[in-house]
Amino acid sequence: MFLGSRVTRRLSWLIPLLALVVIAACAKDFPQTTLAPKGDLARIEDDLFYTTVKWATLVFILVEGALVYAIFRFRGKPGDPEPHQIHGNTIVEIIWTVIPALILVMIAVPTVKAIFKENETPKGDPLTVEVIGHQWWWEFRYPEFKLTTANELHVPVGRIISLKMGAFDVVHSFWLPEFAGKRDVFPNRETRLWFNAEEPGEYSGQCAEFCGIQHARMAFRVVAMPPADFQGWLDHMKSITTQSAAPSADSVHTSSAGGGVQQESTQARQAPGGAASDSAKPAPPQAQGSDVAQGQKLFLMKGCVGCHSLVAYNAPKGMLGPNLANVGARSYIGAGTLPNTDENLAHWIRFPQEVKHGVLMPNLGVTEDEAKALVAFLRTHR
Amino acid sequence: MATTVLGHEAHGVAPAHEKTGLWSWVTTVDHKRVAILYGIGALFFFLLGGIEALLIRIQLARPDNNFVSPEFYNQLFTMHGTTMIFLAVMPMSQIFFNYIIPLMIGARDVAFPRLNAFGVWVFLLGGLFVNAGFLFNAAPDAGWFGYANLTSTQFSPGLNVDFWMFGLQILGVSSLAAAVNFFVTIINLRAPGMRLMRMPMFVWMSFITMVLLLLAFPVITVALILLMFDRFFGTHFFVPMGGGDPILWQHLFWIFGHPEVYILILPAFGIISEVLPVFSRKPLFGYAAMVFSGVFIAFLGFGVWSHHMFSTGMGPIADTFFSLATMLIAIPTGVKIFNWIGTVWGGSLQLKTPMLFALGFVAMFIMGGLSGVMHASPPADLQQTDTYFVVAHFHYVLFGGSIFGLVAGAYYWWPKMFGKLLDEGLGKAHFWLQLVGFNLTFFPMHLLGLHGMPRRVYTYPKGLGFERMNEMETVGAFVLALGFAVFLYNVWKTWRTAPPAPADPWNGATLEWSIPSPPQEWNFPEIPAVTGRDPLWEAKRQRGGPLPEPQRVSGQGIHMPAPSYWPLVTAFSLPLLFTGLMLSSKIGPWGIIVAVALLFFGIFNWLFEPSYTSIPGVRGKTGHSH
Repeated sequence: MFLGSRVTRRLSWLIPLLALVVIAACAKDFPQTTLAPKGDLARIEDDLFYTTVKWATLVFILVEGALVYAIFRFRGKPGDPEPHQIHGNTIVEIIWTVIPALILVMIAVPTVKAIFKENETPKGDPLTVEVIGHQWWWEFRYPEFKLTTANELHVPVGRIISLKMGAFDVVHSFWLPEFAGKRDVFPNRETRLWFNAEEPGEYSGQCAEFCGIQHARMAFRVVAMPPADFQGWLDHMKSITTQSAAPSADSVHTSSAGGGVQQESTQARQAPGGAASDSAKPAPPQAQGSDVAQGQKLFLMKGCVGCHSLVAYNAPKGMLGPNLANVGARSYIGAGTLPNTDENLAHWIRFPQEVKHGVLMPNLGVTEDEAKALVAFLRTHR
Repeated sequence: MATTVLGHEAHGVAPAHEKTGLWSWVTTVDHKRVAILYGIGALFFFLLGGIEALLIRIQLARPDNNFVSPEFYNQLFTMHGTTMIFLAVMPMSQIFFNYIIPLMIGARDVAFPRLNAFGVWVFLLGGLFVNAGFLFNAAPDAGWFGYANLTSTQFSPGLNVDFWMFGLQILGVSSLAAAVNFFVTIINLRAPGMRLMRMPMFVWMSFITMVLLLLAFPVITVALILLMFDRFFGTHFFVPMGGGDPILWQHLFWIFGHPEVYILILPAFGIISEVLPVFSRKPLFGYAAMVFSGVFIAFLGFGVWSHHMFSTGMGPIADTFFSLATMLIAIPTGVKIFNWIGTVWGGSLQLKTPMLFALGFVAMFIMGGLSGVMHASPPADLQQTDTYFVVAHFHYVLFGGSIFGLVAGAYYWWPKMFGKLLDEGLGKAHFWLQLVGFNLTFFPMHLLGLHGMPRRVYTYPKGLGFERMNEMETVGAFVLALGFAVFLYNVWKTWRTAPPAPADPWNGATLEWSIPSPPQEWNFPEIPAVTGRDPLWEAKRQRGGPLPEPQRVSGQGIHMPAPSYWPLVTAFSLPLLFTGLMLSSKIGPWGIIVAVALLFFGIFNWLFEPSYTSIPGVRGKTGHSH
């Protein structure tokens, strides 16, 4: 669009220039970028993206070039004679029908190949993880190890992770840009996605299908670990379950009476198999402060336990709130809403409706001191 | 009603179009006045949708911003989409269908003038109905696509979704009425000699749009009825806990939704296919190819809906089919773009404002088309869908495409509709502000999406790198808004000061330029005979120069349809019906009963209203027909 005066000509240079500046910015400035794939599936998607970008750029330059050239070249002046009246040209029209068709073939062939690759989980020894989308957090279950966690998915580097996904309430979409792209999750069907992590690290993803008021605050982290570390993490998660000061079955039942659906209170009741006996065991060494004991009491009395399980091993299904077995060690709370500092956690416990308006966790009238105690208690769950 | 008409006639009052005052507008069935009513409504809702967009941009200018609450943001983006699609772009196209099609085909009115009036009233009332939710802090908030099962009563217990669902249902009635009307008008009311392959390209593209409307809107109607049953009568079509399937909604919605995209863009294709030849002083390149590519696009448009659903995991076979079908659409679309460039090529270009917008359309639409091909590829789409990349793509198509085209049409036909030329200098300022503002707003969205920013989020955290581009986009949005402010100023200024425009200010090729501006109620004192594709250019060529300025005539002996308020009365029954349904838990069935009674009362009177008067001697004055 290089029309008119010198000013406008200068202006129109600005746009591509700005674009270049933005593209040139490094991928590290964009920790959730799709343009720096770190796994096989994301790389398949990225390769295809560049195939289309390549052709699109070529077409863009030629066609916009022709348009801009024509605007300059054929600009008329008042009093010019009537231009030659052309109604069409069959040969030219056939050519510019066939050429785009050929370009599309160049895009379609790798596309179809990639479609089949993308849809089939690679052979080998995949680690199966169940993903369940909730309003507005993510539940991850490892059927192989009977482990459950929330909002942080730990995976071993180098192994194919096979995701079997569903939703608890409404449609969500699991999006992990650096590894996998996205796949929607539904309350009544299983969808699948796979990925592999090539390097250890923390990666971010988030829900990509509008799912209600807090759709924006439904992020998750993927923690990719070297296989040995992953094994260590698994062992740790299994062990904290037997140590954890899980509430007794009775108190679960009574304290959850305030809120929920029939479903989760019954499930919570039958939930932690050995929990009742566990609670009789002595608390772990770091859980001995008076704050911690007070926090544990509050966790039961305030009704937290109605929606949140503290057991990772064989955790009950259908809980309304995220599993908190290792909440003390997570990097974010509220599904990516706040960094997991003591202050943030206390604030979150006291005023969830202010931090993440509409979240299913109500303001429970927790005082500042009570929040401190609860934080101390939750910090013991790492 | 009958007495009013007879009263006018008995006293020999001037023909309806020269009458003024509110009543003459309320009872009008003149397609040109209906067009202006569409225009007033569309402009109002367009400004409303624009304000919603600005609020969205302010909220997103900073990370973790709380300029608006999450629930209000969700209402804003839902209503921005709903408004721009159903209440701005579609009725803006209706302005030109209504005003221009009868003029272009040499007709005195549309086939069903009262149905036409009914259509515009239903649109206006439906638009107000959808927006009424704002008054109760219950504006629709589940997205313009209203994905199940978020719209179920369990997850959306408020009235928000009801306003949306019933509002769309009402607006669908309006669209279907218009579609039937213009389908018949184009088939039956063409001037002698205007064969199908001589129709102006705008008429052709409009005709295809009518077919799309007729076939696509019943699908959304059915989907909305199923949703109504789910929400009001306890069925479970889309409720998984009751055995229903949320994905069924997605299929139904997109079987409507994808053709809807072409309903939004084909009229703009038509407009610029009129503007480019006139300002290149050269006929449209490859007329037949333009017609058939339009038909082909519309046909394929019904076979690609699932490309909106690649991320649902349909499996490799379905993915492949919908991917290839989608890519196929690029071929006829490419043909159109090349033909537009072919039209310009070798011409003698006059870069007047309508031409600038038409060229801007081609330039921006190329971008939208290319990003479209990118996510026609399912594996690539798994990254792009539901991100700002898609937001960028469809704004390049719907804003860079439809809106640029419609604005081109506004500048082009303004003198015909209002008898005044818009100011060229202000028009050019508008164009450059819009072009720069548009690209500043929407180009960075491509990159934001690729760098991981999802759509429909009321905020985003710090540290993901989204800050700078969002800031830029917000600036761009205000530049865009400034562009439209210049347009409004242009309208206001020329309205007051510009001299009357000649009948044919652009050296037009089509019949509308052969009659006075604005045209008289009956358009053509004599129905013209058409012998070729660009009838006016042909006439001027034969004459060896411009045609004489057409004179206004008395219209003696011309039969025109009588004014009627029954379309308006009947239209009122629809919002009343749905209001009654929404209130039925409080007031019982009474609202519904009253609305249905009004509907039948309106239709009955409409049917039996005399459309011919039998009083001798006055028939020729205002006359009645149809």
